[in-house]
Amino acid sequence: MSVSQAIAIDKPPPQARGWSRARILGYALVGIWVLFGAGIIAYLVYAWNAEFFARYAPAYLQGLGTTLSLVSISMVVGALLSLPVAYGRMSKNPILSALAYCYVYFFRGTPLLVQTYLVYYGIGSFRPELETVGLWWFFREAFYCGVFAFSLNTAAYQAEILRGAIESVTRGQWEGAASLGLHRLQTLRKVIMPQAIIVALRPYGNELILMIKASAIVAIITVYDLMGNAKLAYAKSFDIQAYIWVAIVYLVMVEILRHGVEWIERRITVHLHR
Amino acid sequence: MPAQSIWTLLSWGPEGWSDDIASGVLVTIALALATLPIGLVTGFFVAFAKQHEESSLRLAGNIYTTVFRGLPELVTLFLFFFGMPLLLQYVVRLFNPDATINVNSFIAGMIVLSLIFSSYASEVFLSAFRAIPKGQYEGGYAIGLSKWQTMRLIVLPQLIRIAFPGLENCWLSLLKDTSLVSVVNLAETLRQSGVAARVTRHAFLFYSVAALIFLALAVLSSIATSYILRYLGRREAR
Repeated sequence: MSVSQAIAIDKPPPQARGWSRARILGYALVGIWVLFGAGIIAYLVYAWNAEFFARYAPAYLQGLGTTLSLVSISMVVGALLSLPVAYGRMSKNPILSALAYCYVYFFRGTPLLVQTYLVYYGIGSFRPELETVGLWWFFREAFYCGVFAFSLNTAAYQAEILRGAIESVTRGQWEGAASLGLHRLQTLRKVIMPQAIIVALRPYGNELILMIKASAIVAIITVYDLMGNAKLAYAKSFDIQAYIWVAIVYLVMVEILRHGVEWIERRITVHLHR
Repeated sequence: MPAQSIWTLLSWGPEGWSDDIASGVLVTIALALATLPIGLVTGFFVAFAKQHEESSLRLAGNIYTTVFRGLPELVTLFLFFFGMPLLLQYVVRLFNPDATINVNSFIAGMIVLSLIFSSYASEVFLSAFRAIPKGQYEGGYAIGLSKWQTMRLIVLPQLIRIAFPGLENCWLSLLKDTSLVSVVNLAETLRQSGVAARVTRHAFLFYSVAALIFLALAVLSSIATSYILRYLGRREAR
């Protein structure tokens, strides 16, 4: 038997394109999702209330602004704070590295809601002491407390991202740069960082998305962010569309960010693909 | 109120708050443990759908993850807690016009946390599915196992071992997310600490206690998971 014959014989029969069980199940599940989505749209159309919209849409927009400024300030402050923490985590000094480890462990091991309460109600309960130090104006405002708690929290996560990214660059890169006569800071800036950023981009994107989602909890400490305005609208109107609209806004925001991060990742790894 | 010492406040009994907070801790643990099996099974089936060759199944699984990972946990919780009674009431009123429905906050929390946990766990399971070579399935079919048997006897044991570290992370975030259910009046750790804080005006003390309890639960879980990991490792070595 020749080779060509063997190949001809071994060819599997074409797959039958019938209605397999998996196919029926899949169509049924997609059907359920479509029904669900259509149901929500139908409800929103049915419950369309021009007065509700005119009254709360500006508040939602303002809330969106509050959410975005809370997240962006916290991300930037957290990024700055994460530098010494990441340095401590990578340092050979046992005291420094233990301190940084405890910081990261505390902020990653406890719920953000507890941390926020601890800042707003906990630190806020030391009013006389804070007034003498002159910090009361800061801890009086729920928004500042939110920023404070979120910055500390995201600093812990960002420090781990930074450390992971820097450690993912092999030792040879450091040695190579040292043999060219670059000092440590130059090496970090010109050799290590460009490689680490590619690794860190996706985790940073995820952290940003997590922060946007987590920022909803500042509504509980009376900040009128997007969620806070939704809570207010629901409390005034008892209309569930207050939460449906806010859910749609969050979902759209997260999806835009997710696709944005994927797009940037594709752009900056062009040289790695062929 | 006379100034009480910290130790009286933290004592067990009518004067102190330890017993109240301990009952809250039990609720937290019960909620997390009740969510875990539902979330794991759902997450597995969602991941199974997402790696299936049938494109409609993949689509359905992807919509599930996109929705429940994209929504903030708090929004999902509120939507469910306030929206579900309306929906159920609408359905029930078709049969019995005077029925009223109230959603138990434990059940609502359990359902919402399983939705969130399963959407994260499904991503972990999905990458574990991708790590298992096709030859494992083909080997199973070649020795005459059915699809279900191949899945149960060959793929699943490897899948669990690969997915375990990722699932541990999911469990830790589940443990932390249980604190959100305090917002809809479930008497768990944070809620009980908050009550104590409001009554005694020692907010910093009681919220620190709550933070330390969550930290202790995280430490306990990592001890437990290292045991399980060692057990799984021993199974592999044989």
